[in-house]
Amino acid sequence: MRPRRAKSKLESSFRTPLWHRIAERAIAVLALAAIAAIALIFIFIAREAVPMLWEAEFAEEVQIRDLFFAKEWKGYDEPVFVWQPVGEPAKFNVMPLFVGSLKVTLLAMLMSIPLGVGCAMFIALYAPRAVREVVKPAIELLAGIPSVVLGFFALMVIASWAQATFGFHFRLNAVVAAIGLALTIVPVIFTISEDAIQAVPNTLTEAALALGARKYQVALRIVVPAALPGIAAGVVLGFGRAIGETMIVLMASGNAAIMELFDFTTIVRTVTATIAAELGEVAQGDPHWRVLFLLGVMLFAVTFVLNILGDVIIQRLQKRLTASS
Amino acid sequence: MRHTKQDWLLAGLTGVSLAVILLLLAVLLGQIFWHGAPVISAQFLTESPGADMISGGIWPAIYGTVFMTLLMTIAGVPVGIATAIFLSEYASPRSRIAKAVRIAVNNLAGVPSIVFGLFGLGFFIIFVGGGVDALLYDDPRPVWGKPSILWASLTLAVLTLPVVIVTTEEALRTVPRELRDASLALGATRFQTVYKIVLPNAKGGILTGVILAVSRGAGEVSPIIFCGAANFLPYLPTDLRDMFMHLGYHVYALATQSPNVDAARPTLFGTVLVLLVLTFSLNLLAVIIRSRSRAALRP
Repeated sequence: MRPRRAKSKLESSFRTPLWHRIAERAIAVLALAAIAAIALIFIFIAREAVPMLWEAEFAEEVQIRDLFFAKEWKGYDEPVFVWQPVGEPAKFNVMPLFVGSLKVTLLAMLMSIPLGVGCAMFIALYAPRAVREVVKPAIELLAGIPSVVLGFFALMVIASWAQATFGFHFRLNAVVAAIGLALTIVPVIFTISEDAIQAVPNTLTEAALALGARKYQVALRIVVPAALPGIAAGVVLGFGRAIGETMIVLMASGNAAIMELFDFTTIVRTVTATIAAELGEVAQGDPHWRVLFLLGVMLFAVTFVLNILGDVIIQRLQKRLTASS
Repeated sequence: MRHTKQDWLLAGLTGVSLAVILLLLAVLLGQIFWHGAPVISAQFLTESPGADMISGGIWPAIYGTVFMTLLMTIAGVPVGIATAIFLSEYASPRSRIAKAVRIAVNNLAGVPSIVFGLFGLGFFIIFVGGGVDALLYDDPRPVWGKPSILWASLTLAVLTLPVVIVTTEEALRTVPRELRDASLALGATRFQTVYKIVLPNAKGGILTGVILAVSRGAGEVSPIIFCGAANFLPYLPTDLRDMFMHLGYHVYALATQSPNVDAARPTLFGTVLVLLVLTFSLNLLAVIIRSRSRAALRP
C-alpha cells in the first residue's frame, strides 16, 4: 500500500482561507446597500402616501383634485389655493407650499450664483496662492456648519439686521430664509465651479493670451464659457440642495402658507418645513398624514431628476474636456 | 502683463463676492462665540436642563448627540467602506452593476434630509419596528415600533452612507497602481492585496472621510425630528429603544417653541457653540489626518 501523500505546507498556503472568501462575498453584497437604500426610500414613502387613492376615510375628507387645483370653499368669493390642514373642513392645497419653496429657492439662487461663481473666478483667476490657501478651508468650514446653526443664525441675527436695514413688515420672511439658504448653497456652487474653471486646459488660455487678449477677455470669453457646463452643474445641484433644505426655512421663513407669487418680503411656508412642522402632530394613516408623505414623494422625485441632470452635465463636461485636450 | 481698467473691475467684482461670504462667515462665528462663550461653564456642560428648558445645563443633549453619532458610525461606516472597496478594487468601471451603484450613491447624496426622516418613520419605525412588535408581542403598546435612538441612528447611517463611500473610494484611488501590481505579481490573491496593501496605505484617507461623514451626521436635525429626538428628557438614554435629547434639536425646539425666546437666548447661543465646537473639532481632526497621510504617501 502506498503511503498517503502528506500535504506540503506550501500547497495548503496556496488555498484561499475561508474567511477571505466570505469577506469577498460580504463586500459584494454590502455594495448593493446604496441601491437598496434608494429603492427602499421611494417604496416606503410612497407606501404611506398611495393608499389615498382608494381609502374611503381619505375620500370622505379630501378630494384629490383639490390637492392641486383651486376651489371655491364656503365663505370665499372665488376659487382659492389654501393649505389649512386644521381648518374645518381641512384644506390641503399643495400649491401655496410649492410657491413658497420656489420663491425661497429662487431668491437663494439669485444670491448664491453670483457669489459662488464670483468667488470661484476670483480664486481661480486672480487670488494669490496665500489667499487661496486661506479661502478654500474657510469655505469648507462654511459647508461643514450644521444647517440648524445656519437657521439659528438667520433667525436670531440676519432677521433683526434685515428688518432694521430694509424695514420689512414681517421680521421673518422669504428674504431672510433665502440669505440663510445661500450660506449652504454657495459652498456647493463654489466647489463645483472652481473645479470646472481649474479644469479648463491651459492651452486654451495660453493661446488666447498669445493672440493678444487681455486677462479679463480670457476670463470672460474663454475660461467661463469653457467651464460653463461645470458651473451649470453646480447651479443645478445647488438648486436641488436648496429646495430640499429644511431646518433653515423651518426656522427663518415665518411658516405661514400664503399664496403670493410676487411679493418676496412676505412670510412663506415651504414643502420641507410643512412636513417637519406638521408630521409630529398627525395620527398615522390620517388623510393629513397621507398628504404629508405625498409631499415627500414629490420632493424626492424633484431632487432625483435634478441630481440626474447635474450628473449628466458633469459627465458631458468631462467628455468634452478630455476630447479637446 | 499690463492690467486694464476692465481687469481691475472684474477682479474687484469677484473679490467683493468673496469678501461678502467671508464677512458673513466671520459674523456668524463671531456672534456665536461672543454670545455663547460666557454661557459655557462646568455646570452648563454637566447638568440636566431645568423644567423650563432654559435653566440648568445641556448634558443630556451632549450625551445623546455623541451616543447617536457612535451608533450611526458603527452601523453605517462598514457598509460604506465595503461599497467603496467593491467599486474601486473589484468591479470593472464599465460593468453595469458598478454604474448602477454609482448612480444610486450620487442620488442618495442628493435626497433631502427631511425625506430621510420620512423614510426612517415609514421604514424603520413602522415597517421594521412595527413588524418586530407584531411578531413578538401581543401587547398593543409599541416596544420597537416607536421613535428611539436606534432608529434615529440607523436613519442617519443611511444619510451619511454616500459621504463615506465617495471619500473612501477617493482614498483607495490614491494608492499607486504599482503597489497592487507588485502584490499580485508576488502571488497574493486580490483579497490579500486589498487587505494587506491597499487598505493600510489608504488608512489616513479613509479615516478622514469617515470623520467628515460623522461630523455631517452629528449636526443633522431634520431626519431625527420624528425618529427619536426628544424635546425635553432630563434622563440619559440607557436602552436602544429610549428617546434622546440632541444638541441640534434642542436648538430648534428652544428657538421656535419656547414661550420666551429672549430668556432662552443665552442657553441657545451656548448650545449652538457646543454643537459647532463638536462638529468643527471633528472637521479639524479630519484635516490634520488628511495632511499627515498625504505627507506619508509622498516618497
